[in-house]
Amino acid sequence: MIIASEVTKAYGETCVVDGVTLSLPKGGVTSIVGPNGAGKSTLLSMISRLMAMDKGSVTVDGLDVSKTPGDVLARRLSILRQDNHMTARLTVRDLVSFGRYPYSKGRLTADDKAHIERSLRYLDLEALSERFLDELSGGQRQRAFVAMVLCQDTDYVLLDEPLNNLDMKHAMGMMKLLRQAANDLGKTVVLVLHDINFASWYSDNIVAMKHGKVAAQGPVAEMIRPEVLSDIYEMDISVHTIGGQLISVYYG
Amino acid sequence: MAEISAPVPSRRPAFAVSRPVLVLIILAVLALASIVLFMTLGARGGWDFVIPFRGKKLLALILVAYSIAVSTVLFQTIANNRILTPSIMGFDQLYILIQTAIAYFLGAQVLALMDPNMAFALKLVLMIGFSGVLFQWLFLSGDRSLYLLILVGIVMGVFFRSLSNFMQRMLDPNAFQVLQDTLFASFGSVDTSLLIVSYAIVAVASFVLFRMRHTLDVLSLGRPTAVNLGLDYKRVVVTLLVIVSVMVSVSTALVGPRTFFGLLVATLGYLLVGTSKHRWVIPAAVLLGIICLVGGQTLLERVFSFNTALSIIIEFLGGIIFIIFVLRGATR
Repeated sequence: MIIASEVTKAYGETCVVDGVTLSLPKGGVTSIVGPNGAGKSTLLSMISRLMAMDKGSVTVDGLDVSKTPGDVLARRLSILRQDNHMTARLTVRDLVSFGRYPYSKGRLTADDKAHIERSLRYLDLEALSERFLDELSGGQRQRAFVAMVLCQDTDYVLLDEPLNNLDMKHAMGMMKLLRQAANDLGKTVVLVLHDINFASWYSDNIVAMKHGKVAAQGPVAEMIRPEVLSDIYEMDISVHTIGGQLISVYYG
Repeated sequence: MAEISAPVPSRRPAFAVSRPVLVLIILAVLALASIVLFMTLGARGGWDFVIPFRGKKLLALILVAYSIAVSTVLFQTIANNRILTPSIMGFDQLYILIQTAIAYFLGAQVLALMDPNMAFALKLVLMIGFSGVLFQWLFLSGDRSLYLLILVGIVMGVFFRSLSNFMQRMLDPNAFQVLQDTLFASFGSVDTSLLIVSYAIVAVASFVLFRMRHTLDVLSLGRPTAVNLGLDYKRVVVTLLVIVSVMVSVSTALVGPRTFFGLLVATLGYLLVGTSKHRWVIPAAVLLGIICLVGGQTLLERVFSFNTALSIIIEFLGGIIFIIFVLRGATR
């Protein structure tokens, strides 16, 4: 269970995340949605200790993220951000191997190698494993990074807009895979999403943020309702049931 | 036909796996050849004179090549980009400023009378302290744009140099003379008295680096990924900055500032080994440094009988690489 209490982050005068208190249950897929500038990514960065918080605290299974040693946390929780700038020139396999760093500190054991092969297979990257990252398309690179995070084999997997750069087919594939990781491997997946229909279709819980605060939180059926969504996004959104799923329509 | 549908061979054929090894072997042979030529070419007089005379110079050149190459690669990894080097960020100018400030505030007599090893230790401590304070905030407080970093570096370099010049003008001529003796060295006249202590210091720094070698590749993935993988980012960066400061101090103390030499050997190193793994890149950069310095020195001293032009040529080539990189916006 991830518990954030009174988490605050301000840049100068503007409060990006404003005293957020939130608990995310263990297991399943939780999506964080909300308009641009709502503080979703900032909150995720603070939960995953990439960014220091001005006030408040976050615990993951009772471990305070700002006090727990980095390598202990790296075996519990992994985070993938939207842009992963790096100067290093690596093959896909090299990158995925780094997922084992928290365990092996650079000396791969047979067990680590098995994890690497499994992650490559899971993301269908075997054929690309010897390619350099700069030779891949945006979507393939994204999959390589997700493979690294899965290779890290943590209970909690946090992803910041993992569907960026992905076309419809790969976006769907990615969400299916995350759903599967939650179902089969018992992972807790928390992701920031922009597409509320993907959130509706694939998550168990949805957290909606607005102006740096949690506007609403709950199971999909409670959250994907016209009155809730219209309030969050400040526009007319209608919800229809299609194929047993709640689909929002907001195009005109 | 079956042959046609045979699986496409993997993109990297077998020999490419050993490419870094191959490159390192070739570079090692070239470096060794430079060393042998440097020691033997045009030697007149007894070997018992030539060997110690040239040997000292050779050892200094090798140490300088090693320090500059390693510190540059480390610095580029910390900064997560391939344009910045310690000298571009004004590290060696800072060292000269510290040297000048000691002469200015303590007086040249103190400098002249002080045990040279003690004086060096004092400069080293000051250098580590100041560079730590100055450069930590650049790398530990969030993402900064490459252009801001270059600008800050150039401004700092010029600032340190002007401040040193200013203080040097204020010194009385005798004190200036003493200072100049310790400041102006070149590849032609390496100060060999500090050689042993320099080797010892660099050996300690290298040992610390060796113990933390596995963190380097992780660090080169960029801060967010490195933190995600559990790297104690702050501690690693601070330790590496101390190692860089030590190596810059040693090389600057021996031969003075070299702005683009580090960039030249690090860039060529990355280019030749074709991977970013530090266990290949660092040896390649060091060997390239030795080839450039020792080989270049031999060529100029023995073949063209010049003496001062080597640093000019190296700086010229390094400067061109720097401009190409900035224009290409190689990173970010």
